[in-house]
Amino acid sequence: MADLKCTIAGIESINPFWLASAPPTDKKYNVVRAFEAGWGGVVWKTLGIDPPVINVSSRYGVHHDHKRRVMGINNIELITDRPLEVNLQEIREVREEWPDRVIIGSIMAPVEKHYWQDLARQVADAGVHGLELNLGCPHGMCERGMGSAIGQVPEMVEQVTRWVKEAVDIPVFTKLTPNITNILWSAEAAYKGGADAVSLINTVNSIISVDLDQMAPTPTVDGVGTHGGYCGSAVKPIALNMVAEIAKSPDTGNMHISGIGGITDWKDAVEFMTLGSNAVQVCTAAMVYGFRIVEDLIDGMSDWMDEKGYTSVAEFTGAAVPQVKDWNELNMNYDIKAVIDPDQCIECGRCHIACEDTSHQAILMKTREDGGKLFEVVDDECVGCNLCLHVCPVEGCISMKEVSAGKPALTWPEHPLNPMKQAAE
Amino acid sequence: MVGVVGIAFPKFRLVSTLGAYQDLAKDGLWETTMTTKRMGLSGKPETAAEMAARFDDLHPPYNEMMAMTESNRCLYCYDAPCTTACPTSIDIPAFIRKISTGNPNGAAKTILEENILGGTCARVCPTETLCEQACVCNELEGGPVPIGRLQRYAVDHFMEADKPHPFGRKPSSGKTVAVVGAGPAGLACAHRLAMLGHDAVVFEAKAKAGGLNEYGLAAYKMTNDFAQKEVDFLLEIGGITIQYEQRLGDNLLLADLSRDYDAVFIGIGLGDVNDLGLEGEDKDGIHSAIDFIEEIRQAPDKRDVAVGDNVIVIGGGNTAIDAAVQAKRLGAGEVTLVYRRGAEQMGATDFEQDLAKLNDVIVRYWSMPSGIKGNGKVESMVFEKAELDGGKLMGTGETYEVKADMVLKAVGQKLLPSGLDGIELNRGKLVLDEKFQTTMGGVFAGGDAVASGEDLTVQAVEDGKQAAHAIDQYLSGM
Ligand SMILES: Cc1cc2nc3c(=O)[nH]c(=O)nc-3n(C[C@H](O)[C@H](O)[C@H](O)COP(=O)(O)O)c2cc1C
Ligand code: SF4
Repeated sequence: MADLKCTIAGIESINPFWLASAPPTDKKYNVVRAFEAGWGGVVWKTLGIDPPVINVSSRYGVHHDHKRRVMGINNIELITDRPLEVNLQEIREVREEWPDRVIIGSIMAPVEKHYWQDLARQVADAGVHGLELNLGCPHGMCERGMGSAIGQVPEMVEQVTRWVKEAVDIPVFTKLTPNITNILWSAEAAYKGGADAVSLINTVNSIISVDLDQMAPTPTVDGVGTHGGYCGSAVKPIALNMVAEIAKSPDTGNMHISGIGGITDWKDAVEFMTLGSNAVQVCTAAMVYGFRIVEDLIDGMSDWMDEKGYTSVAEFTGAAVPQVKDWNELNMNYDIKAVIDPDQCIECGRCHIACEDTSHQAILMKTREDGGKLFEVVDDECVGCNLCLHVCPVEGCISMKEVSAGKPALTWPEHPLNPMKQAAE
Repeated sequence: MVGVVGIAFPKFRLVSTLGAYQDLAKDGLWETTMTTKRMGLSGKPETAAEMAARFDDLHPPYNEMMAMTESNRCLYCYDAPCTTACPTSIDIPAFIRKISTGNPNGAAKTILEENILGGTCARVCPTETLCEQACVCNELEGGPVPIGRLQRYAVDHFMEADKPHPFGRKPSSGKTVAVVGAGPAGLACAHRLAMLGHDAVVFEAKAKAGGLNEYGLAAYKMTNDFAQKEVDFLLEIGGITIQYEQRLGDNLLLADLSRDYDAVFIGIGLGDVNDLGLEGEDKDGIHSAIDFIEEIRQAPDKRDVAVGDNVIVIGGGNTAIDAAVQAKRLGAGEVTLVYRRGAEQMGATDFEQDLAKLNDVIVRYWSMPSGIKGNGKVESMVFEKAELDGGKLMGTGETYEVKADMVLKAVGQKLLPSGLDGIELNRGKLVLDEKFQTTMGGVFAGGDAVASGEDLTVQAVEDGKQAAHAIDQYLSGM
């Protein structure tokens, strides 16, 4: 069993798996159950200034795949709806009962220095390992000038981060919203404000579906609805890209990253870490399956590390970052062609129709002597787009073979057909 | 004990990983999504409800969740082999996709467009040797998509929704076609003719329409009077009238029809049954399985149907199985199905054969009927063991006797040629040209009565449909 210990923003954790600030970390009862299950840490459900908020019902909408698995959840819940002191007392108790687990206090307040600093001090005094600044909720709280209303303005991100850093001497995580045009602007702002780490992503602004009987966005509240925050495996690709951008950028590069967004299994977690996350947070997967999924996160990652020969998570943290390039750095001479294994082919014709209708007419459908079908790739037409491989229902039946071995690498800026290049010459 | 039998596991293109199931399948004991309960079939049920339960749906209809789950397994093949395997060429991937998107009425239209009796076919087609055998998912874990049951889900949904008839009619041609026989071929032909703008008058020998759908299929395959509901649905298109108790060669003459109508379609099926060719076949207690099934189908309370205590069913097709299983369910003490050849050669599908075994039917292979014993009434039958000798079936001389107070003959049906004078027959069936026309001008035919007839409801529907197009062409050339 590999060693899963990790350090993020100076905080040591028995494993990189934390629960994100959300209903799973709403109160002592849940958090204790999470620690019993094996989670390394939690970011407590966002705390605010009393009086506590009041929530509506209903609160969640879901995007299912065709097997009714949850691809994503959209929520219109606000921050904690329990009094601050109740939360702080429970935090103190859990800190004492679970000394080896991490508790981060998530906080949110209006953009005024004393609100942020008072709240930060009170929560820090409860004994948390660090603070996370919730600048992300894209619904509800932003209408009150908080959440993403702050996170979307880099100057405010910097300001709030700085206020909190001035007030406390524990690590500060600035949690970023993906509802922006360029994640680097807010990440750089957090960095300038003194953040020890950024957490991302918070939820993506969304309408999950329309109730066609009520003619209203879901989840509906008394016949109408509002936009909410989208999370779960469907947002993972968005989150991965944002994490990679921050990890790659020299202006934010040495800030730690707590990766969040759609992490459901150990492989998702590994991917976030290879793109530069020092630890990860999970919300939706726990809401859908319960805390027990941490078992798979732990032994899946550990087994993979053993197989690959990694002895600590630090060894692969950021390992994929150097391979994340701009398009202009890609080798245009690299060439692959689809290869269909007739022995595995079940003759569904999906590759043929996909390529024929929407790609490059490179897969011929022929009739075999025994009446069955034979699908044949026309190498001259195949551009190596991978579409057929992805639509094929039999994994491994279609593969891509490289046909460019020996050719020198050539990027677009160097390409003879690039008009910009000719202009420069 | 509740045994479960099914066809959802591939039995034709088994891949090696499913080998374990192959063995179970041989024993008829494997479990799949299709559940056919092994009945505790002892004795005659006392109450009507108990008896009705024995004749309840063989495959209970899918609910929405099951339909969603199964439809989502479909790979939506391009140029799909299932569609090729369907005699009526239903666009199966298209209709299954529509189920999966929550558009079951659209799915039903896709089905009915090619097969107006899609509801019956969904219930009775031997899908394991047709569409489902061709399903590419046979190669994958989980086995073929249950196309038949999904088809039923869609068509039932549509018919129960009480929607307006899905098809319109072309402007009237002013022509009227006489259709003889209101079975699957005749009904499909009449409906397509109506769509094409012609009127049809259907002449049916019996008191109800539907043909074998109404009279000849096991009751547990056609529950809730589905055959009549389907006829009513089909007639909604308009332009079709049915005249009952009109029997060709009896009170109905081909010459009159030819004279009075613009064209004639003959879809009379096979009105006669083959004999065993044994002495004493007229003894009491010996019936045709077809008559037996008809009686069951028409009895509102199945307790009124007489069944023997020791029943022998002779034959190897689906009719034999339908008769044997229903005899058992009616309360027969012992039902023995005797077939000349082996299990492999049986016309009944593997599923049907397994069904018989699950219903405690004793199956004896390689046995030829050689004698009937009894004084006025059958008391037993003698069978001679048989084997293949150079491809030819030969008796071995060894015989055995089986006690019987009821014998059901299911050794095939044949065309009743009465009223067909002047039309050429080949090996007892109507000869057609490639345009579905008999040797008598303007007289078309299809279904079981024709030479290519395959003894399948779905083939009869296709014949009727194609013949309607041929008739349409013929009429436009007039
Ligand atoms: C119901 C719900 C409530 C949430 N509440 C908060 C919150 O109070 N504070 C916060 O920072 N993030 C909140 N989040 C966002 C999550 O912490 C997390 O950033 C997001 O769900 C993405 O991770 P996931 O894909 O693993 O769910 C909430 C998410 C959900 C689903
Ligand atoms: S890789 Fe793309 S272009 Fe090549 S055969 Fe497949 S779908 Fe067609």
